[in-house]
Amino acid sequence: MKIGLLHSLIRKDEKFLIDELNAVKGVELVMIDDREITFNLGKDDFKLDVVVERCINHSRALHGLKLFEAAGVKCVNTYNVATVCGDKLLTSVALAEHKVAQPEVRVAFTEESALKAIEEMGYPVVLKPAVGSWGRLLSKINDRDAAEAILEHKAVLGSYHHSIFYIQKYVEKKGRDIRSFVVGDKCIAAIYRTSPHWITNTARGGMATNCVVTDELNDLSVRAAKAVGGGIVAIDVFETAQGMMVNEVNYTMEYKNSITTTGVNIPKKMVEYILQVAEGK
Amino acid sequence: MKTECPVCGAAIELAEGTVVGELLECPDCGTELEVVTLDPPEVKEAPQEEEDWGE
Repeated sequence: MKIGLLHSLIRKDEKFLIDELNAVKGVELVMIDDREITFNLGKDDFKLDVVVERCINHSRALHGLKLFEAAGVKCVNTYNVATVCGDKLLTSVALAEHKVAQPEVRVAFTEESALKAIEEMGYPVVLKPAVGSWGRLLSKINDRDAAEAILEHKAVLGSYHHSIFYIQKYVEKKGRDIRSFVVGDKCIAAIYRTSPHWITNTARGGMATNCVVTDELNDLSVRAAKAVGGGIVAIDVFETAQGMMVNEVNYTMEYKNSITTTGVNIPKKMVEYILQVAEGK
Repeated sequence: MKTECPVCGAAIELAEGTVVGELLECPDCGTELEVVTLDPPEVKEAPQEEEDWGE
């Protein structure tokens, strides 16, 4: 069986996955560096059973997946999953369509209508770029003065993407949120991410501790994963007085800090799923 | 396999199983490095974070 790994830099996450793939008898791992590959549309014949996407750049992941699928290669995750998860607006639409609990979200296209939406929602709110990762350019807006300033800055200084105003009601999460890991139809592990800062991403210094996967967390995580198309995804979850809510869904999930923390061999579970896809199960 | 840090010149030991593209940290100056080739062993400064990096 030939498995392609689409990558650029090899972080610890990719290294763990490579080691697990190499440990499987009968698997030939083909490394595909997104900085070197070229596609010849309509003529590519990759002879791969599956491609595993582990790019660090969202844009390369997205387009690479489309091109591999167009050439008839199965991919984990799929292009559709990457498309939905790579855009918070599309993720929220998918979650709403599948009735998965999430914080209130409003979208506006002008500074004026965004300000009106924010005032109706009440402060604080969080403005997020629809496409973005690692907590970059998130703005917690506590009052009208801040709202006016941030909206103007985004409209004047940002590219047109930043004038698609994605506004999320701020959730008081008491210093922590949950990152759950879904592989196929099961939530295999979860961590708490704790930080004195309102942004709890581990990429921004959030501390990881084990989180027991309860029935509620498993159910919400799996439903969120299915809403975006399934596969291998990581779900960011808020604990609120109204129950658990999904904040975001990530499609090239980072887990290097969560293996020891949870005691779950996450890359091994990923490989088991990848093999199932490759075998057409 | 040994090479040297392109920033500070410190000796860099590439462990068995190292792959091309792998990220390392120079033990002396802390610079993040990327493995460019294994034969001969060579590293360069890792690229800076780009706008669309992440999950």
